[in-house]
Amino acid sequence: MMFAVATVAIFIAMSLALVRAFVGPSLYDRVLAGNSFGTKTVLLIGVMGFLTGRPDFLDIAILYALINFAATIAILRFFSYREATAKDRARPLNEGEAP
Amino acid sequence: MTEFHTELSPIVLVDLALLTMLMFVAIAMLRSRHLFAVIMLSGIYSLLSAAFFVSLDAVDVAFTEAAVGAGVSTVLMLGGMLLTARREKPVTPGRAPVALAVVFLTGAALIYATIDMPAFGDPSAPANTHVGQAYVEQTPKDIAVPNIVTAVLASYRGFDTLGEVVVVFTAGLGVILLLGVGSVRGGEPVRDRPDEED
Repeated sequence: MMFAVATVAIFIAMSLALVRAFVGPSLYDRVLAGNSFGTKTVLLIGVMGFLTGRPDFLDIAILYALINFAATIAILRFFSYREATAKDRARPLNEGEAP
Repeated sequence: MTEFHTELSPIVLVDLALLTMLMFVAIAMLRSRHLFAVIMLSGIYSLLSAAFFVSLDAVDVAFTEAAVGAGVSTVLMLGGMLLTARREKPVTPGRAPVALAVVFLTGAALIYATIDMPAFGDPSAPANTHVGQAYVEQTPKDIAVPNIVTAVLASYRGFDTLGEVVVVFTAGLGVILLLGVGSVRGGEPVRDRPDEED
């Protein structure tokens, strides 16, 4: 029962992160939404293992946490590299720019 | 032939919730014109489908989806976006009744075909009666690997998997040799001789 309630709570948190990813508005909102959604996926997989009585899923969840961490770092590193070049300094990264 | 009904477990509800969110993410990706938002949403889509694969017990597929879909391809698409544009060009909505009819007909045919499929987890389904059953019976005796998919991939088809790994490794080496090892800003300029100055 406890795990079922936890699953429902994680799903609510997932949909909140989804709403943030849908509406934005800035680039960093979306990066953060993607990252926290990854965290929720890790939690969901962990809880799902206990919900079905197979706690082995916890190992998979830990590996997902690693992948999620590396992906977020990769995305942010990408932007910091691009921002360092002069070509992109003329073009701001915020999405408030004219299309 | 006996009727088999899939048991309604809490995992089915989890699957339903995951698939619903997948649908919403797909619709949002279609409607959004911000390419960065589309890339982040596609990362979220990969994470969701990875969670769905885990709940279907396809752990290896889920790993691939999370590593390639959410990790590598997000960065690749970001690189593509930075080379092109931040926004999709506005599309003038046109009407294509023939295409719409074809899509609806194909969808209806596919849904009609699912009626004939065996129930999920049916032990008398064709997929579970021939080779699959042999693997299920033999794996605990042959190898002490709890996950049958892992046992098939890494042990029964070990040489096949080794061949795949060699192919992927060679392809990666070839790409690195062609492009040169460099930073994200762009590789080193290619020179014919190492002592040559440019």
